[in-house]
Amino acid sequence: MNNPTILIIDDENQIRKLLEITLTANGFKVNEAATGKDGIISAATHPPDMILLDLGLPDEDGQNILKKLREWYKAPIMILSVKNNEDDIVKALDNGANDYLSKPFRTGELLARIRSALRLAQNIENIPLVEYGNLSIDFNARIVKKNQEVLKLTSTEYQLLTLMAQNESRVLTHQFILKTVWGPSYLEQSQYLRVFVGQLRKKIEDNPNQPRFIITESGVGYRFVGGEIGKNNL
Amino acid sequence: MKLVNSNKNTFQSTKQPYFISVFIICLVSGICYPFSDIIGYRAVALILLFTVSLLAMKLSLFPVLLAAFLSALIWDFFYIPPHFTFLVSKSEDVLMLFMYFIIAILNGVLTSRIKHFEGLAIQREERVNALKLYDSLFNSISHEFRTPIATILGATDNLLVQNSKFDEITKQKLYVEIYTATERLNRLVDNFLNVSRLESGSIKPKLDWCDINELLHSVVNRLEKELVNHQIVVKIPQNIPYFKLDFALMEQAIYNIVYNSSLYTPNNSTITLTAANLSNQCFITIADNGKGFQQHELEQVFTKFYRSNEEKTGGLGLGLSITKGFIEAHGGTIRVENVAGSGSLFTIIIPTEVNWGNDMPT
Repeated sequence: MNNPTILIIDDENQIRKLLEITLTANGFKVNEAATGKDGIISAATHPPDMILLDLGLPDEDGQNILKKLREWYKAPIMILSVKNNEDDIVKALDNGANDYLSKPFRTGELLARIRSALRLAQNIENIPLVEYGNLSIDFNARIVKKNQEVLKLTSTEYQLLTLMAQNESRVLTHQFILKTVWGPSYLEQSQYLRVFVGQLRKKIEDNPNQPRFIITESGVGYRFVGGEIGKNNL
Repeated sequence: MKLVNSNKNTFQSTKQPYFISVFIICLVSGICYPFSDIIGYRAVALILLFTVSLLAMKLSLFPVLLAAFLSALIWDFFYIPPHFTFLVSKSEDVLMLFMYFIIAILNGVLTSRIKHFEGLAIQREERVNALKLYDSLFNSISHEFRTPIATILGATDNLLVQNSKFDEITKQKLYVEIYTATERLNRLVDNFLNVSRLESGSIKPKLDWCDINELLHSVVNRLEKELVNHQIVVKIPQNIPYFKLDFALMEQAIYNIVYNSSLYTPNNSTITLTAANLSNQCFITIADNGKGFQQHELEQVFTKFYRSNEEKTGGLGLGLSITKGFIEAHGGTIRVENVAGSGSLFTIIIPTEVNWGNDMPT
């Protein structure tokens, strides 16, 4: 995809300007809207490849805008939210947002997230073999290797890992993972998730206490990071 | 914080003071009655006057006036001959009764005025103190905001106006300064938000099973940059259950303690985090081998806006008060002590459900 278009829906002029400069400099085309209403109109008349949506809009609740957009808009939507708002973030993810970023964010992280959301949207699944540094997953053969050695994973561990890897760099809520891996009747059994994430980290991470692949998003869920993302480079 | 309003109790609203003055006057005159023949009825007047003066020191104007009036009548009726009438036979007794009346009432009025002005003075003093507190608070708040803002303004001004004068390395330094200042502002705003969340009582922990390893290491990882010059030790027994806590709140609570330690201990100090299961309570300690707190600080470190005397670092003194608030929102307790020869020790105890993760399908 050459020069993907991104629609920014945010009422703060400065944030829009910063995003516009950052994204344009990185080869994206940018559309802007300052209200939810304008955002929906813009999305409908010039469908972008991705939408950045601020949850705190002046005219309408961002969650409503999100729901309205999701009735027909299939491409990625990333939420921009204020910090300490885990409930809203989880709700937005349940309402169909692909990812979220808390303000203030680092532009490096923003770009990485945008790229990976667009990549995910393009080649939906069907990548038979992926490599992340010293970790590789062969989805066809159901083999996970670490430093060229085959890892012995239980079937639940494998399911968990592949679910996260297939949604690389996208945050998955606890509830979503529990529902997908264990089933809808396990939504309350969050201790399963802790146990298996712990086990998986011991197997795939170089240092399970400083995970590089499975990142904890406090109060929201987990994010599988394949490349270098979110690292503070200062 | 609230300005203290001390304008109360000038006139006590209840009827109790009136009963007290009636009771005391009756009691004193009753006690004097058997002795009136020995001491003489004029001495009784002095005793009653003395009683009214004592009442004036404790009670407000109207109960005292009542006491003055009542005691005058009692003296007249029971003590001035002829007894048991309001008649006064001798002319000097008339004068005496009249004087008694005036003195008793003056007594009441003067004392109550003195008390009134005293109250006003206290009120004024309180207001001055409160204003002083506000002043110093606002000063330190605006100072805290202004320092990073000044840094950002200065650095960006340099970059915008005198860009050509700087080489790339200097520019890079300016960028780092801007970045650091922004992070400091961000932390300030976070702290203010957390305090306001705590004060409004809107913090309700969302309890979920937490891996305590993940929790403590997550704090350490978030502080990677601040802790480059420190040794970090995390000690958690292999066999520890999952605790039901709010991960995000606990992370922030412990973060603030470790962040503080990183600021107030010299380079190469060791910060040790431990966790244990203490009969179904989550038990966490954070210790450092700095020089600890001064004795008088130990009780105040969790107080909002309390700052250590040595103001070498910025900050408003909110961090540890937030920590305490978050721990208490979990129904837990936190305390701090100095450990002889090895710095400060924070201990957190939270009663919680535990889960050993035994009933797990593979």
